[in-house]
Amino acid sequence: MKSSKYYLSPFSQTLSSLKKGDIVVLMKGITKRFPGVIANYKIDFDLRYGEIHALLGENGAGKTTLVSILYGIHQPDEGEIYVYGKRVHFRSPRDAIRMGIGMVHQHPRLIDTLTVAENIALSLKDAPFINPVPNVEELIKEYSEKYGLKVDPKAKVWQLSAGEKQRVAILRTLISGAKILILDEPTTSLSPPERNDLFEAMKALVEEGASIIFISHKLKEVLGISDRITVLRKGRKVGTVSAEESSPELLIKMMLGESKPMSIGLGLGKAKDQLHKVGHKVGKKILEVHNLYVLGDRGEVAVKGVSFEVREGEIFGIVGVPGNGQRELVEAIVGLRKALKGVIRISGVDITNKGPLAVINMGVAYIPEDRIKYGLVLDLTIAENLILKDYRRPPFSGRIMLNTSYISKWCLDLMRRYDIKTPDINTPVKYLSGGNLQRVILAREFSHNPKLIIAFRPTYGLDVAATEYVQKLLLQEKQRGAAILLISEDLDEIIELSDRIAVMFEGKFMDIVPAGRADAERLGLMMMGVRFHEEDKDTCGKSL
Amino acid sequence: MKKIRIRVERVYEVPLWLRIVIPIIAILVALSIIAIIFLIQGINPIIAYAEIFHDAFLTTYGIKFNVVKLIPLLLCSLGLSVAFKANVWNIGAEGQLLMGAIAATWIALFKLKGYPSYIVIPAMYVLGFIFGALWALIPALLKAKFEVNEIITTLMMNYIAMKLVLFLIYGPWRGTTTWKYPITDEFPAEAQLPLIPGTLIHWPSLLIALILVPVIYLFLKRTKIGYEISVFGLNPNAARYAGINKTKVLVIVMLISGGLAGIAGVGEVAGIHHRLRYPSSISSGYGYTAIITTWLAKLNPLLLLPTTFFFGGLLVGGDVIKIDLRLPSSVVYLFNGLILTSLVSSDILLRYRIRLLVVGEEDDKCHS
Repeated sequence: MKSSKYYLSPFSQTLSSLKKGDIVVLMKGITKRFPGVIANYKIDFDLRYGEIHALLGENGAGKTTLVSILYGIHQPDEGEIYVYGKRVHFRSPRDAIRMGIGMVHQHPRLIDTLTVAENIALSLKDAPFINPVPNVEELIKEYSEKYGLKVDPKAKVWQLSAGEKQRVAILRTLISGAKILILDEPTTSLSPPERNDLFEAMKALVEEGASIIFISHKLKEVLGISDRITVLRKGRKVGTVSAEESSPELLIKMMLGESKPMSIGLGLGKAKDQLHKVGHKVGKKILEVHNLYVLGDRGEVAVKGVSFEVREGEIFGIVGVPGNGQRELVEAIVGLRKALKGVIRISGVDITNKGPLAVINMGVAYIPEDRIKYGLVLDLTIAENLILKDYRRPPFSGRIMLNTSYISKWCLDLMRRYDIKTPDINTPVKYLSGGNLQRVILAREFSHNPKLIIAFRPTYGLDVAATEYVQKLLLQEKQRGAAILLISEDLDEIIELSDRIAVMFEGKFMDIVPAGRADAERLGLMMMGVRFHEEDKDTCGKSL
Repeated sequence: MKKIRIRVERVYEVPLWLRIVIPIIAILVALSIIAIIFLIQGINPIIAYAEIFHDAFLTTYGIKFNVVKLIPLLLCSLGLSVAFKANVWNIGAEGQLLMGAIAATWIALFKLKGYPSYIVIPAMYVLGFIFGALWALIPALLKAKFEVNEIITTLMMNYIAMKLVLFLIYGPWRGTTTWKYPITDEFPAEAQLPLIPGTLIHWPSLLIALILVPVIYLFLKRTKIGYEISVFGLNPNAARYAGINKTKVLVIVMLISGGLAGIAGVGEVAGIHHRLRYPSSISSGYGYTAIITTWLAKLNPLLLLPTTFFFGGLLVGGDVIKIDLRLPSSVVYLFNGLILTSLVSSDILLRYRIRLLVVGEEDDKCHS
């Protein structure tokens, strides 16, 4: 690998003498306590040279804690770690990186105001002191092409979508020359074809002598790519199995324990199935978007002439690889971004460029892509977060004052209805878990029977049970008669939930297909810009 | 051999006692740094502090003066707590205070000269509020429309206000009965604020400040606008998402903040000096000291009472330093600066915890 120019491994000797199957990482009896919880309890884990070892488990099972310990972010309370047979005590990720361990976080830690190349240059210890960026840009291009991880090295990180940031983080680790890679849910923001590309890259890396820890809660992926699978539940290790000898049923049993029903995690649960089968009584047009053009952060035209409508009792799904104009489209509809051209109507009222308040007043619920950034004020209490869109009107407030007694009563009611768990209603929401945070947003947005729901990646980063809950709520709302616009890059989710599906690519809709005729493989190709004609003769929007 | 290793960890839940103890420690640290200066000057710091403390907090004379200084500090701090809550860093209370002083002078000597005090005094407060508020409105609009950093604009506008006062007292408003000194004529009796007998405490200003303490508290906690200010201050993105108007929030917090500083300025010229004079005589840095008292009170208006009382005492103590200890008064500014610095940096102790670990040396080899 060319990276050796920048990274001279202190243990290259050790590496060259390793053969497939040798243990490179050994973690013995790892225990880690956080205030009030035992995140890891006596976990044994080992990673072999040249393997992909999946860590599987629900949110909160302790996967991230375990790899954070290996990466030096946390120090174990008990237990021993050996890397290449040597006992190590990592004080910080710096120590881990020195040993050739690289981690790609679920939420990549990048500096927003710098470019992609600058971010990567920062992490390269041996990059030239003066003017390192051009060299790094070359490297990025080389690696991008090699592994099919497309990014613009000159783009500023804040302009990137979540998916693009993930790619940068992966490239950064690769370029730093890590030989032991930790990928924390790397596929969350990737489209199926991109995910396949990533898997190809992972396989290539393993061939070249890397060893990979792959964290996921998606069974299909884990079974498809891994050599071995370790399942964690509630901070404890359930077991390690080889991929050949395991099955989805076995893994689910291991993940959830014997008590839980089998339906969870295997596509739609029973309740959801019933909801879905209720025929769809499509009603009036609620959202109409006509020939919409929207600029992106870089001043480029991100949405190029999109038209569609969403009717009562219908879920309209938009699927696409992140960064193809979905964010700009959604922000234009909810009034957070100016439309360049075109018309947006809600219930026949033109709300184009009228600002977010006009949209809220039309009875629109919006579940934002980035919950922490837009959906919540982490330092405020649950009650204060629940009234974020309602505080203006009676009975929540009078002309000047907030009606605190009504607010706390209403808040307790919502917490019960949406099963939000908290020790105290005055707890700042920053202490809630990811699933509960999403429930706070759902409770707020759905409590007034909105006529239009815009759900932007509503299950992003949630575990199986929480995902199930969110999807069920969306189907309930649809049955009630809400018009729902669902935007996601998760093709399975879009196909499961939507009545009609649009595929977005480079700012345009490739096609709009009814869910009955949707074919995952075809949609996946369309997400990459492959166009199909009626007679199935394809002209490529992009060379493959 | 055993080695001791220091580890810094993020702390998420801070117990209440720690939140009280750490600021106190920060103040003690600042006090001990000043103690070194006392020592260099050949003054025993313990005796010096005892004297300052005694004079400022334990004598009637000291407390009287303490309250005089508390009035402008409390008024400015109340305003700043509103602005800081919105994460708007108004460093311009000093200039806004001076604009209030200019407004009072204009009413007293020119606009309403000869009117009875029940007209002149309310008019001074109202116009003082308006002048201070308008002075703060300029940075608010610059920030709302052009994203200009308010820290710089508010700070710079302090200097403009100071020069404006100088221009007035050297130029058009220079007194006719003042032997050409750069001060205005004395305010007529109707424009002088009533005092609590035997003190310099202009009680109307004190009353306004004390009434405003619970009012501002409720304003921030219980009103719709107060809620918008909190949301905007803590997460501007969420504020936009919720349809909260950024310009409205910026304008409201700066109007309140500047207006209250303006009222403080009215109190100083109409209550104590009875004329417009050198900016540094009107305000001994109240607008800046208020930043510290507000920060120390964690933006809570109710906690401003103890913090401004404490700092009022320190300013009185500054007089002790000047007169009894014969040190330059700049020591007081040095002290204020040190307190703010150590308070701000002590915040990090609330967010991180330092742990000492004892480890065996043999474990260390593989990564050293």
